[in-house]
Amino acid sequence: MPLLVERRQLVAPGDLLAEGEYLAGDNAYKDDGRIYAQRLGLADVRGKRVSVVALKGPYMPRVGDLVIGRIVDTTLGGWIVDINSPYTANLSVSDVMGKSFSPEMVSLTKILAIGDIIIAKISAFDRTRDPALTIKERGLGKVEGGVVIDLTPTKVPRLIGKKGSMINMIKQLTGCEVIAGQNGKVLIKGRNLKMVELAIHSVRMVEEQAHTSGLTDRIRKFIEEKK
Amino acid sequence: MSITPQTEPLTKIKSKQIIEFLKLGKRLDGRSLTQYRDVKIEAGVIGKAEGSAQVSLGNTRVLVGIKVETGPPYSDTPNMGVLTVNAELLPLAHEIFEPGPPDENSIELARVVDRSLRESKALDLESLVIVPGKLAYVVFVDIYILNHDGNLFDASEYAAISGLMNAKLPVVEVEGEEAKPTGDFKELPVRDCPVSVTIAKIDDALLVDPTLEEETMATAKITITTTKDGRICAIQKSGGGTFTFEEVMEAQKIARSKADEVRSLIPGWRG
Amino acid sequence: MGESGRKLIDENGLRIDGRRLDELRPIRMEVGLLANADGSAYIEQGKSKIIVAVYGPREVHPKHLGLSDRAIVRCRYHMAPFSTQERKSPAPSRREIELSKIIREAFEPVIFSEYYPRSMIDIFIEVLQSDGGTRCAGITAASLALADAGIPLRDLVASCAVGKVEGRLIVDLNDEEDKEGEADMPVAYIPALDAVSLLQMDGQLTEEEFVEALKMAKEACMKIYQMQKQALKQKYVEAKEAVEEQE
Repeated sequence: MPLLVERRQLVAPGDLLAEGEYLAGDNAYKDDGRIYAQRLGLADVRGKRVSVVALKGPYMPRVGDLVIGRIVDTTLGGWIVDINSPYTANLSVSDVMGKSFSPEMVSLTKILAIGDIIIAKISAFDRTRDPALTIKERGLGKVEGGVVIDLTPTKVPRLIGKKGSMINMIKQLTGCEVIAGQNGKVLIKGRNLKMVELAIHSVRMVEEQAHTSGLTDRIRKFIEEKK
Repeated sequence: MSITPQTEPLTKIKSKQIIEFLKLGKRLDGRSLTQYRDVKIEAGVIGKAEGSAQVSLGNTRVLVGIKVETGPPYSDTPNMGVLTVNAELLPLAHEIFEPGPPDENSIELARVVDRSLRESKALDLESLVIVPGKLAYVVFVDIYILNHDGNLFDASEYAAISGLMNAKLPVVEVEGEEAKPTGDFKELPVRDCPVSVTIAKIDDALLVDPTLEEETMATAKITITTTKDGRICAIQKSGGGTFTFEEVMEAQKIARSKADEVRSLIPGWRG
Repeated sequence: MGESGRKLIDENGLRIDGRRLDELRPIRMEVGLLANADGSAYIEQGKSKIIVAVYGPREVHPKHLGLSDRAIVRCRYHMAPFSTQERKSPAPSRREIELSKIIREAFEPVIFSEYYPRSMIDIFIEVLQSDGGTRCAGITAASLALADAGIPLRDLVASCAVGKVEGRLIVDLNDEEDKEGEADMPVAYIPALDAVSLLQMDGQLTEEEFVEALKMAKEACMKIYQMQKQALKQKYVEAKEAVEEQE
C-alpha cells in the first residue's frame, strides 16, 4: 500500500497522500482508504501517520496556549479579548482581581482599557463556549511596551523551532525579548532600535520561508551580517 | 448574500427510521423510491385570471394564476412576447415562511420554473408579438405556495404549465400606440409540455418527489425537466451535497420515465 | 448564427475565437493578491475577469445566527456595474441571488465546516469583466481563495460549462456562444469525491448529448483543476527556489 508523497513535499487540498493502512494526521483526512491533504502545506510522515504542516490557517485556541490579545470590550464580569481566532476570549475580573473586586468601587477600564494588549494563557475552551483566559502566571498580563507583529499562526512553531532553537537564537543574537503567541502575534521588545528591526526582519523571514530548509542558519547568517 | 440555512434537524429516531426504510426500498408513507404522491391538478380555478391551475402533491399545495397584459417587448427580443415568472412562499403555507420581499428560495423556485417553460419553448413567444419592437403580450405566471410539504419545484412547474394550457389570450385591436381588447379570446399558443422531476438523495438512495421531511434529510436534490420529445431542457442541482456521475445518469433516466407519467395528467395536453 | 449572422463554428471545426470544440480559453490565475482578506484569488478566463476574497472563519454577528455544530458559509456572487456592455445596476439581480445560493451549495460539501462551530466563512466573488462562464470561473477562483485562507478542504472545486452551438458540443463558452447557442450546462466537479456539486442546464439536449456533455465537462474541469493546483503552489515554489539559489 503506497505512500505517495515525500517528507516536506509541497501539497495542496485534495492531493492524494497515501493509500491503505496509513492514518490521517493533522490537516489530512481519510476517505475510503485514501488519505488526502486538507490544506496547502508540507507533507509529514511519522510511522504510519501522514499529516500536513499547514502554511496558512486560522488560529484555533487550545488550553495552555500562550496568546497575545487585545482588549476590545468590557462586560459586567470582565473583558472581551480579540485573540486573532474565530472566537473572542473572555478574561474574567476574578482572574485579575481575586475575590476582592466590587464593581461599584472600581471601573474595569482603569485596570485594563479597550485597546490594551495582554499576554495570556488559554485556561478553558471546549468549542461550545468562547475560550477563557488567565493572566495569573508569571510573565503574563498587560504589555507595557514593544512592537506586536503578525505571523501566520501555523508558522509559529517554525519561529519557535525545535526546543526553542530558532527563537532563542534570535533572542541571543539581537538581545531582544521575543514572545511568540500561538495565535500569530509576536511581541518584540528591545532597547536597541536596530536590533529590534533585525528581530522583526527575522520573523518576516520565517513568514516567507517557513517551507524551506536551512532557515535557522540563513537567519543566523542574516543577523550576524547586519549586526 | 446567501447564508447556510438553519434547518431544524429531524429527531434521530425519525431519521434512522427513514434510512432503514430506504435500505429496503421503501418510504415512511408507503411509497416506492420512484413513486410520486397523488398528483391532483385542477385547472381554471380562478375566473378573473386568464389562466389558472391548482396542484397538490400529497399535502403540498400550489396555485398558479396567469395574467396576460400588453406592453413593450424587451429591446433585445423585439419580435417576441414576454414571459415573467414569480413565486411567493406565503407565510400561510408553513411556519418557516416569513412575509417580506422574495428570498433566495422563492427566487430560485421561480427561475427554475421559468427555465423549464422558456427552454422547452412551451409558450410560442414569437406569436405573441403584436407590433414588432413596440407592442407584445406579456404573460405573468404567478406561483402561490399554499401548503409546503416538500417538492415545491415540481408542484409549481405542473401548476404553471397547466395554467398556461388553460389560459385564454385576449384578442386586441391596435389603435395608434395602444392595444384595445375586443372582448374576444383565443387560445394561448402552447407547443410543448415540459415536466420537471425532482430527485432527492438521502444516504446514497435516490427518491422522487420528496416530502418536506425527506428534503430535510436529503443532502442534495436535482430537478430535471424534459420536453415532450424527451429532450432535457432544464437542470438544477440544489442543496449542499453532491451527486456522482452515475447518480446523475440514474436521475436523468428516472426523470425521463416519470415525466411521461406526469405528462398524461396535465389537463389540456393533447400529447 | 452569431451576432452578425456569421457562423460560430467554421468548416474546420474552429470557433469564432479560433478554439477547437473541446479547448478552454486562455486562463490565468493568481493567489493571495488582497492584503486584508484571509484568502484571495484572481482569474482571467478569456475576457472574463473575476476577483475573490475569503474572510474567516470569524465571529458571527449577531451571535444567534451561528450554528452550534458547524460554521455557516456566506456567499455573494456580484457583477460590477461596468462588467457588461450596458451598465448593470449594482443592486443584486435575481440571477445574482440565485447564483450566490448555488455557488454556496457547491462549496458546502468540501469545507470542513464542522471544525469551526459558531463561526462563519465568507466568500465574496466580484465579476469585474463578464464574457461568459463567470459563475464557473468564480467557483474556480473561490476554491483558490479558500485554500489560500487555510480553510481545511476535502478538495478544490473546479468548474467549467459545456454547451451546444450549431448542433455541436463545446466547452467553456464565451458570451456570444452562450447567447447564441442552443444549450449551456455549467458543472462544478470535486475530483477527490468524484462528484458534482453544481449542475445546471438550460437549452435542449438529447440523452446522448447530455451524456457526452457530462464527459466533456469532467475532462475540462480536470484541466482547470491541474491549473488550480499549480497556481496555489507556485508562490511557495518560487520562494523556495529564490532562497535555495542564494545558497
